[in-house]
Amino acid sequence: MSAQLDSNGRLKHFLSIDGLNPSILTEILDTAESFNALPEQSVKKVPLLRGKTIVNLFFEASTRTRTTFELAAKRLSADVLNINIEASATAKGETLLDTLRTIEAMHIDMFIIRHARSGAAHFIAKHVLPHVSVINAGDGRHAHPTQAMLDMFTIRRHKPEFGGLCVAIIGDILHSRVARSQIQALNMLGIGEVRIIGPKTLIPAEHQTMGVQVYHKLEEGIKDADVVIMLRLQKERMQGAMLPSEGEYFRLYGLTEEKLQAAKDDAIVMHPGPINRGVEMDSQVADGSRSVILQQVSHGIAIRMAVMSMAMQQASHAESN
Amino acid sequence: MRIAIKNGLVIDPANKIEKKLDLYIENDKIVALGKSPNGFAADQQIDASGKYIFPGIIDLCARLREPGLEHQASIVSETKAAAAAGITTLCQPPDTNPIADTNAVIELIHQQSEHAGYATVLPIGALTQKLEGKQLSEMAALKEAGCVALANVFPMQDTVVLRRSLEYAATHDLTVFLTPQDYNLSLDGCAHEGAVASRLGLPGIPSAAETMAVGRDLALIEEVGVKAHFYHLSTSRATQMIARAQYDGHAISCDAAAHQLFLTEFDLSDFDSNCHVIPPLRTERDKEGLRHGIKNNTISSICSNHEPWDADDKAMPFCATEAGISGLQTLLPLTMKLVEEKVLTLSEAIARLTSGPASILNINSGSLSLGALADVCIYDPNIEWQLTPDSLISLGHNTPFIDWYFKGKVIQTLHAGKIVFQEHL
Repeated sequence: MSAQLDSNGRLKHFLSIDGLNPSILTEILDTAESFNALPEQSVKKVPLLRGKTIVNLFFEASTRTRTTFELAAKRLSADVLNINIEASATAKGETLLDTLRTIEAMHIDMFIIRHARSGAAHFIAKHVLPHVSVINAGDGRHAHPTQAMLDMFTIRRHKPEFGGLCVAIIGDILHSRVARSQIQALNMLGIGEVRIIGPKTLIPAEHQTMGVQVYHKLEEGIKDADVVIMLRLQKERMQGAMLPSEGEYFRLYGLTEEKLQAAKDDAIVMHPGPINRGVEMDSQVADGSRSVILQQVSHGIAIRMAVMSMAMQQASHAESN
Repeated sequence: MRIAIKNGLVIDPANKIEKKLDLYIENDKIVALGKSPNGFAADQQIDASGKYIFPGIIDLCARLREPGLEHQASIVSETKAAAAAGITTLCQPPDTNPIADTNAVIELIHQQSEHAGYATVLPIGALTQKLEGKQLSEMAALKEAGCVALANVFPMQDTVVLRRSLEYAATHDLTVFLTPQDYNLSLDGCAHEGAVASRLGLPGIPSAAETMAVGRDLALIEEVGVKAHFYHLSTSRATQMIARAQYDGHAISCDAAAHQLFLTEFDLSDFDSNCHVIPPLRTERDKEGLRHGIKNNTISSICSNHEPWDADDKAMPFCATEAGISGLQTLLPLTMKLVEEKVLTLSEAIARLTSGPASILNINSGSLSLGALADVCIYDPNIEWQLTPDSLISLGHNTPFIDWYFKGKVIQTLHAGKIVFQEHL
C-alpha cells in the first residue's frame, strides 16, 4: 500500500489509512486546520488548485461525500466534473478501465473515486497516468479514509491528547469501510484504547489482529469512553440473517441518553451520517449537546481540501523535478 | 522409431526406482530399463548425463478452455504449454461450453487433443446434466466414451441428488471428483475469511465452507461405498478429516493445487487479482497442514488447477475478477521447490505428480514400467531460471509467480514415444 506515497514520502494517492504513517496523518490534520477557518471569511476561496481539473467519479450514490468533495475542490479554485455512473456504463458493456481511460483522455489531474467493490481505488491508482492522483471516497467494505480523517480532526478539536483516550465504535463493523479506516487511523495516531461493539454477526473475523477490544454489550463497551462513534446500519442487513429486527437492534445497540450515561460525562457522540433515527440512535442524542455530528460534516470540507492540495503539491513537485 | 536415453538418473516411484539407468523406447512404448533389449538399434540416442528421467506428469485438473472459450486458450495452446512443463496427461473438468455431459463433447476433446499431439487429455464427465445438480448424467455412456471419472465442479446443494449420483457412479465403477465447498457459505466470498479479508474488506469464505462439505460428503461416501476424490483442499482441518477417513479404510483421495503450498492470504495484500483463486488462499497454518498432508501422502496428488484468463478478466477490482491461476508451467517447478525446502524427497515429489494421480484415476500411466506408454520427462536439476511473461507458453498470463526464481528445468518431454518439447539452451 506504499503506492500512496512517492519516493520522497509525499502523498501521491489517498487510498487507505493502511500504508501511511503518523506524520502524514498529522500533516493532513494540520493542513485541514489552516483551511477550517476559511468559510468564516468573506472570500471562501484560495487559488491553490487553479487550472487543475478534478473528476468526481462516483459508481455508487452519495450526497454528503460527493458534495463536500465538490465544495472542497471549488474552494481550492479547481474545475470540477461530477460523473455519476451507478452501473449505467457497465450496463452498456464498458469496463471500468475503459471508463477510466475515456475520462483520462480529457486531461484531468485527479480522480475522486467511489465504488461498491473493495480495492477499486487501488485498482484505479495502479492504472492511471503517472501525473494523475487518486483519492478514495469509499470502496466497498474496504476504506473511506477521508471520512476517517475528518473524524480524527473532530476528535482532536475536542480532545487533543490522544494517548489517554478511549474510543468506542458501535454497529455494523463487518460491512463498514468507515470503521476499518477509523480503526486504522485511531491506532496509527496512538489512541489509548479502541473498542468495537456489536453482535457477532457484524464483527469481522480475526478482529484481534485489528487492534481493537470487542464488546457485545453496549453498556459495557461504552463505559468510560471519551468518544462514542455510531455507524450507519444499512437496511439490507435485516435480510441475510444478520439481525432479527430493527427493534431488537435499537433495544440492544441503539444509543439513548440513558445508555450514554455509562460514557464519560464529557464524551462526544459522532456518526458518519446519514442517521437512521430510532435505529442507531435516539433523536435526543443525535440533536443533544454531546453530538458533534454536524461539525463532522463541515470538517469534511477542510479535510478534503487538505488531502487534495497535498496530492496536487506532490504532483507539481514531481513535475518540476 | 527407437530411442535410447542414456546415463540419466531414473526416478520411477511406481516401481521404487531411483537409480542411474538407461531407458529404451520403441514406437510409443517403453521396452527396457537398464539393459538394452537384444538387437536394439537406436534411431536416436539422447545423452542424459546429469539429468533426471521420470514419467510424464499427470495433472488432475487443467482447464484448456476448449470447447467454448477458444478466444482465451485452446487444447493446442495449453497442451503445448503442458509439454514444455513436463506434463503429458491432463484431466479437464466438465465445465466447458457445451458442458461435458454427452459423449459428443468427450469425443471432441479426445479428437482435438490427439490431433494436437502434445499430451493425452482425459475429459472428466459431468456428474449431473448441465452440471445443474438436478438430473443424473448418462454416466454409462460417458464411461463408454472414455471418461475415467465424473465431477460436478460446482458445489452440489441437493444432498438427495448427490447421494443418488454417487450410487449410480458406483454402479458403473466410476470415480467421482467432488468440490469440497459449501454452496451457501461460499456464495459471495472471494477471499479466506480471516485477518486479511477483514482488513481489506473482502467478502470472506470461512474454512467451514470446506470442512462442512467434506464432512457431509464423507458421510455419503462411507455409506454408498463409491470411489471418491476431493479436488483442491485448502484447509489443514479438511486434510485431517480425509486422513482419518483413509485410515478407516475408505477409498478416498484428494489433491492440492501447487499454489496453495506456497501462497497464503497475505499474498492478497495489495489486492493482487492474480491471487484471486477458489478455494481461496488461506493461512500459514493451513499451508503447513497441506504440506504435511502431501508429505504423509494423505494428499497423493499435486495439480496445477490451471485456469488461463485474458488480461481483461483480471483487470478489475479484486472480487469482480475471474478466479484462477495459469498454473501449468509452475506445477513442476513449485513441486521441486518442496524438495529444495526439504518438505519432500525427490522420489516423493515425483510420485505426487505421476504415480499418485495415476492411481487416483486408475490408469496405466505415470510409470516407466515395461510396456507402458512412453511418456517421459528429461529434467536438468541445475538450470537456474526466472519466470517471466515471455517464458509463458500458456495463453493465460495470470500468475502471481512472475519474477520467481526456480532451479531445475524440463529440457525434453516425450509423449507416446515422440519428442513433443525440446528446450533450446
